[in-house]
Amino acid sequence: MTAMIKVHALQKHFIMHNQGGIRLPVFSDVAFDVSAGEALILHGESGVGKTSLLRILYGNYKPSSGHVLVRHGEDYIDLATATPRAILTVRRKTIRYVSQFLRVIPRVTTLDIVKDPLLARGIDDTMATEKAKDLLSRLNLAERLWHLAPATFSGGEQQRVNIARCFVDPASILLLDEPTASLDAKNRDVVVDLINEARESGAAIIGIFHDEYVRDRVATRRLDLTQFKKAA
Amino acid sequence: MSAQTIDADYNFGYLDEQTKRMIRRALLKAVAIPGYQVPFGSREMPLARGWGTGGIQITAALIGPEDTLKVIDQGADDTTNAVSIRRFFARVAGVKTTEKTNEATLIQTRHRIPEYPLSKGQILVYQVPQPEPLRKVESSEVETRKMHAWSEYGAMHVRLYEDIARYGRVATSYSYPVMVNDRYVMSPTPIPKFDNPKMDHMPALQLFGAGREKRIYAVPPFTKVKSLDFEDYPFEVQKWNEPCALCGARGSYLDEVITDDRGGRMFVCSDSSYCEDRRDAGHTGTQIDWAKDKAYLDPNPDEAA
Amino acid sequence: MSTIKNRLSVDENAPILTATALTRLYGERVGCRDVSFSLWPGEVLGIVGESGSGKSTLLRCLAGQDRPTSGTIALNFDGVPINLFDISEPMRRQLMRTKWGIVHQNPRDGLRMDVSAGGNIGERLMDRGDRHYGKIRSSALDWLSRVEIETNRVDDYPRQFSGGMQQRLQLARVLVPEPKLVFMDEPTGGLDVSVQARLLDLLRVLVRDLGIAAIIVTHDLAVARLLTDRLMVMKDGAVVEEGLTDQVLDDPHHAYTQLLTSAVLAA
Repeated sequence: MTAMIKVHALQKHFIMHNQGGIRLPVFSDVAFDVSAGEALILHGESGVGKTSLLRILYGNYKPSSGHVLVRHGEDYIDLATATPRAILTVRRKTIRYVSQFLRVIPRVTTLDIVKDPLLARGIDDTMATEKAKDLLSRLNLAERLWHLAPATFSGGEQQRVNIARCFVDPASILLLDEPTASLDAKNRDVVVDLINEARESGAAIIGIFHDEYVRDRVATRRLDLTQFKKAA
Repeated sequence: MSAQTIDADYNFGYLDEQTKRMIRRALLKAVAIPGYQVPFGSREMPLARGWGTGGIQITAALIGPEDTLKVIDQGADDTTNAVSIRRFFARVAGVKTTEKTNEATLIQTRHRIPEYPLSKGQILVYQVPQPEPLRKVESSEVETRKMHAWSEYGAMHVRLYEDIARYGRVATSYSYPVMVNDRYVMSPTPIPKFDNPKMDHMPALQLFGAGREKRIYAVPPFTKVKSLDFEDYPFEVQKWNEPCALCGARGSYLDEVITDDRGGRMFVCSDSSYCEDRRDAGHTGTQIDWAKDKAYLDPNPDEAA
Repeated sequence: MSTIKNRLSVDENAPILTATALTRLYGERVGCRDVSFSLWPGEVLGIVGESGSGKSTLLRCLAGQDRPTSGTIALNFDGVPINLFDISEPMRRQLMRTKWGIVHQNPRDGLRMDVSAGGNIGERLMDRGDRHYGKIRSSALDWLSRVEIETNRVDDYPRQFSGGMQQRLQLARVLVPEPKLVFMDEPTGGLDVSVQARLLDLLRVLVRDLGIAAIIVTHDLAVARLLTDRLMVMKDGAVVEEGLTDQVLDDPHHAYTQLLTSAVLAA
């Protein structure tokens, strides 16, 4: 199996300059690989650094030391040292990140948000619209909402828009931070199916799920971050 | 008209020789760079600024005892301004003056170009109130100089664009900007745009003086002068539906004259000398014909009495 | 055989602008100090910092409006490298009208208030030599609708427009010659929040659709997050932190950036 992500000797701490320069350790010596077709579920109590790790894997947080090698095409890019432009390219083509919250852009309609990753990759508008609509229907998002900006949507509706945006064009690496948190059982199952379909077609998945039901249906492997916390 | 006795209390041509040389240098530079505004040290003249002091200074710097001077104001030789300036030069230079375009060697004008084509060797001196064609679109002098220096004339067309957008055509009817020698945009002074085509490749030398603004510029003989326009809105001159009411001329620039307080009006040549010439040659317009019919113009008043 | 990299082919492309060690002093006072960076085609760079941090000075230097005391600005349009302050002023002005544009915070600084909306947009085309009224007019109408101003306002004067409309008109005037590089100084500065949102979205879409490289100076971190790919944080004339926009905002390392990001409500 091809490793899609290789994490090596990863260490992260925050220094709060405006609070007396206090050093907040998150974790250290984190090391793991995730291959295509695997779903790694991050474990550990709140504050153990699950979300921080996921953000580092997306290039959103800078590692304090260590390496995050992401397979991009035929090569590995080290997100710890990559240029901003390289990271943006990797995000556009290789990594998708779904957070718990949708970052709403003023005035942009649901349909436009969902089809944006396809358009950014150069898929033509008709095709992109069709795929976006299919996915929104599958996630049971009422059609009357498609042409509205999601600013006024409920938490569950916004989350489904976020998920649709991710799975409309599943990249080879998916980072999922509680994507099912505010969903009802029916939609939760749809998301579970989407995740498994993506994994079966070769995506490497790293996720955080509090819901044991979802974890059991999605995970191929688990990683408890508590061990790295101690070391930090 | 005949030459007058020169007033010996003044230097010939009123200005002192140093000033004349300064103006002549400015004129030479202006001729060398067609359309470029040359700054000069404008002097006080026995006339308020804004009444043609720029033109008078150029005339004063150029005039010689052999010259024959014609002065027109709005096309007419007999208006106050024209008469005063003509008298002034008769007095300080003792030169001959004339109303006939073809007799003049030097023609000072305000707001018109004579109807008769000018010929080689003649000089036309324009009185200019505002020499800067870009002033309406750019108020900064520093900026307009840069715009001229680097031929940044897009803003000039904005004025024309605005006219077409608002009136469906370029409504600017006088002081219509021209491009001189494919290089400088120039204000032809408030002549009607009707006269613009006459400037193009004119055999006479055209000199422009702005006394208040202290600028001199020139168009040498046989220089290209093109009125600014758009490809799909080409430059056009004014047209009149009727000929001159006095001489019947078609194709001359006509002034509207109100004849009574009941809406009566007629259109007559603005170039009074041209109109007179035509009448002397036997041309008549509707006004003359009508007057003859009514016997208002009696060829022989003695008989009628 | 796969290799480990920290650069991609995108990094090998020629930057459209490279600033090297830019310093602008006003006597003893520092405008900006030793600023170096590159900007690539299609990239949006944000410069944030509070008033007096030197971000506006830097922008003026970059846009050729102010000469840096030392340092160079190299530009590369269509593969022809030039040094901004080595070329003659007319050439610089020519570039300013065709290859780059400036969106001012106050639309009055970027518009001719006594010229109609259509004339304001059309001027840029006439500047570059367009002399067909009909074509200029239809470009003006097209751009009005692209910036969401009703086309029947084409002959109205900017002073008859609201602040948001004036700013959108300025945008149309800047973008109509299809510049490669656009400088924006607090483009949403004087606008109501609701009006800002519309302008921001418009900017985002236009910049993306036209593939323009842009430098946006703002003190509004939400604006920076929405519009920019990369961010430079300035303090006392110097760049204290730079990087990917979301990285700088979400994981700030410099004390000043931490202060800046914690001082605002969820940007």
